[in-house]
Amino acid sequence: MFAGKQSVYSEDRDREGEPSLSTDQVVPVASHASVAQSDPLRRVVNDFSIQVATVNGSGSQTANSVLMRAIFQMGIPVSGKNLFPSNIAGLPTWFTIRVSADGYIGRRRDSEFFVAMNPETAQEDTMNLRPGSALVYDEPLKLNGLRDDLRFYPVPFDKLVGPVCPEAKLRKLVRNMIYVGVVGWLLDVDFDEVRKALVKQFGARKAKAAELNWNAVIAGREYAEKNLAKADPFFVERMDKTAGKIIIDGNTASALGCLFAGVTVLTWYPITPSSSLAESLISYLGKYRIDKETGKATYAVIQAEDELAAIGMVIGASWAGARAMTCTSGPGISLMSEFVGFAYYTEVPAVIIDVQRVGPSTGLPTRTMQGDILTNAWLSHGDARHPVLFPSSPEECFSMAQQAFDLAEFFQTPVFVNTDLDLGMNNWMADPFPYPEKAIQRGKVLSAEDLNRLGGFARYKDVDGDGVGYRTLPGTDHPSASYFTRGSGHNEKAQYSERPEDYINNMDRLAYKFEVMRGHVPPCEDQPAPGAGIGILCCGTSHYAATECRDQLARDYGTEAGYLRVRAFPFPAAVSDFVDRHERVYVIDQNRDAQLFSLLKMDLTNERSAKLRSIRYYSGLPVDAQSLTDEIVKQEEL
Amino acid sequence: MSTAAPPPAKKVNLLDLEILSYRGSRSTLCAGCGHNAITERITEAFWEMGVSPWGVMKFSGIGCSAKTPAYFMSASFGLNAVHGRAPTVATGAIVANSAMPAIIVTGDGDTASIGLGHFMHMLRRNVPLIYVIENNGVYGLTKGQFSATADYGSKLKTGVINDTQPVDCCLAGIEMGATFVARSFSGDKRQLSSILKAAIAHRGLAVIDVISPCVTFNDHEGSTRSYQYMKDHDEPVHEVDFIPHFVDIDIEFDEGTTHEVEMHDGSRIHLKKLDRDYDPTDALGAIQAIHESKTKQEVLTGILYLDQDSPTLVDKLKVVPEPLATLPEHRVRPSREVLDQIMDEYR
Repeated sequence: MFAGKQSVYSEDRDREGEPSLSTDQVVPVASHASVAQSDPLRRVVNDFSIQVATVNGSGSQTANSVLMRAIFQMGIPVSGKNLFPSNIAGLPTWFTIRVSADGYIGRRRDSEFFVAMNPETAQEDTMNLRPGSALVYDEPLKLNGLRDDLRFYPVPFDKLVGPVCPEAKLRKLVRNMIYVGVVGWLLDVDFDEVRKALVKQFGARKAKAAELNWNAVIAGREYAEKNLAKADPFFVERMDKTAGKIIIDGNTASALGCLFAGVTVLTWYPITPSSSLAESLISYLGKYRIDKETGKATYAVIQAEDELAAIGMVIGASWAGARAMTCTSGPGISLMSEFVGFAYYTEVPAVIIDVQRVGPSTGLPTRTMQGDILTNAWLSHGDARHPVLFPSSPEECFSMAQQAFDLAEFFQTPVFVNTDLDLGMNNWMADPFPYPEKAIQRGKVLSAEDLNRLGGFARYKDVDGDGVGYRTLPGTDHPSASYFTRGSGHNEKAQYSERPEDYINNMDRLAYKFEVMRGHVPPCEDQPAPGAGIGILCCGTSHYAATECRDQLARDYGTEAGYLRVRAFPFPAAVSDFVDRHERVYVIDQNRDAQLFSLLKMDLTNERSAKLRSIRYYSGLPVDAQSLTDEIVKQEEL
Repeated sequence: MSTAAPPPAKKVNLLDLEILSYRGSRSTLCAGCGHNAITERITEAFWEMGVSPWGVMKFSGIGCSAKTPAYFMSASFGLNAVHGRAPTVATGAIVANSAMPAIIVTGDGDTASIGLGHFMHMLRRNVPLIYVIENNGVYGLTKGQFSATADYGSKLKTGVINDTQPVDCCLAGIEMGATFVARSFSGDKRQLSSILKAAIAHRGLAVIDVISPCVTFNDHEGSTRSYQYMKDHDEPVHEVDFIPHFVDIDIEFDEGTTHEVEMHDGSRIHLKKLDRDYDPTDALGAIQAIHESKTKQEVLTGILYLDQDSPTLVDKLKVVPEPLATLPEHRVRPSREVLDQIMDEYR
């Protein structure tokens, strides 16, 4: 399997004009190396990327999903990535489907099968393709005049759409389905699977729309059969690698995690890329959390006036005992800063899911970044530390949402779940989520009966030696149940105090509590390579590029590397062990400022810190394996 | 044996509790601060209404006013939040446990400046709670800067004249959806007491803007929030009497001069006509009256607006009657079959 791959892609590392990591461009520069130059007749099976360039608002998402799902249903591992603008309609959008027999689902730098539907970008897109790539395009664009080293497949979309879609206003949406037929025929996709995918996409209630779109698929296929000659090496062939799997986006997975965590209060303020998380959860809550007998909700959702209010409501609800959460992205996190510090000092649980994206204001709000690692770990003024979980897959979005609630309530503290746009808004293959076997952990809460037995309690006293005090909830029917919740200045009994001893005691207990968490947060994923000199360490969605990079290093350079993926901060002891096992550890960050690297440096001993090397990727696109490999090769002088 | 007279019977409320059970810690505010009088009235109101002293949630933001929840009802749950954000925390807490009465005590800095957005949205939502604004027109804790409720043309101790328009929290309340809007004066014991008790009986958001002079920074000549200014300019729209639902007596009143309002819990408010006809259920009339009073340099006080029909946030959320906070696992975690069904949809 690897041999064929190498012959096709071995040019990758020699490519001229490939920008360095720190200045990586969104649109890769064309190189002169050929995709399948060495042997144009060699079949490249289940190992390439399809990219579709459209304008947003044209319904292309449906066409792309159907194509991706059809290939998935053929048992072939796929991943889909949508590169979209911050816009409702009319701006360029690229959707990439990676087909990988080996199950690599990270982004690849290049796509060799291109569908050009957007006149605005068609020329540039065409110029950027590598020689030997296949190009399906809208005939009037006349892209075949631009180069002579591509396989061109012109398709007269407007002519084809008329007969299948008499209603003119629907043509814009149906038109895209024609390329599904064309591409399906060219790649040898099983059309029974296309039809199944289409029916699934539209659902039983939209059977008429499904039929209309199916006719467009057929029109595309028939056109291709009659008018196109297959001249590229790319094919799909049925496999058995996706049996039992699901396709789901991370935001939906996070929402389901919250649903099964028993969330009772959701507050949110709309922000890309986290809105679909809240909307998905709202839809599931409406479906599965209405009391059958009374028709009343066992949850409350409030769309807040801003993120300050969203976190304030979470804190109020959690203080009163609810399982409360909000979801947001970087700009919202910035606004929550003061309140999160307040929750830290007052020891009120809060679950904050941060679907990370690029920078403030306009710019790249629809691009991915691991932008809030440091911010969330230390959010607020004064001394503060917060647990941060780093899911890398839909399965972990589901499980970590539940763990976040349990951790927040047990440790009485805000807990962040850092996903990102890549994970949250793209579709991923995943195993079906397992039903939670453990009971929901509500933490240390005293009832009226407990208070009768104990006579009273001191809210911030470390009774059990884990740094976590006992709390009571408003509504506990007991004269000594209450306490007064206030910022940093309080003693063990929650009384107002500005005494230095009280402050120090409290701060030391909070620090100790944080240390205890190391043993309770999700453990690292450790893939050792015995005897390897170097290690690769990352978190979140860097996982896919990192593990593929590891294989590339072994395959192309004979260099083995250990692999550790941290799933949470505070870092478990396994991080130190991993650093000890290697001479150098490459820490991968999808941000310019080496946030994971910096957080590790703050946490590790000086001796261990000295072994860390930083690799940063920050184009707004998900990191790809080749970029990592190139960088490690450079730094290691391989 | 002496034959000394037996001690006088202790005064207790409906729950057989003395007012002592409703007191808090000693105030650390300045002697003569209007806020202390308001604290007294709040204490009495909850005691007189027979609300369980550990069955209330108290909230505040930051400022002199924010300290006061510690000075009443020590047995209650209190939360001193960050500046201007008490409405958000209270909203969350009420949603989690809608059976608990809640009160926010804030100041004009909290409400009209840093937290104006939250104030407005709390109004829009008609969050069922009592919202007391201790309005003195200045920032006390930071030593006497103008707040956003300071009247145009009023003067600071330093001689600085306010040249910006004030935020009128009552007008905002009526416009944006509060269902009980009142203004009072910390020095008017009787009026404030009746208004607070009526607010406790109200189902919905009760906004009470209480002019509460700051004796240290805003009680001088040229201030429009001084004791003297209020003595001269306080203009009650009616005399307010409150008769709690558990007081089973017929109080005679003249229907020609007194308007009786029956509340949801059976309590009654008697609004005795003074020198005008004032209808607190007429929002437009109330807004007009407040605007007119300003041109005459009057401070209208009383129950300015009352709407007993609009649904509260909790009504609109259609939540189960039990507190969401303590629902057991089987009511909040869907079954294994539900997860299987959802997973099938993604296959």
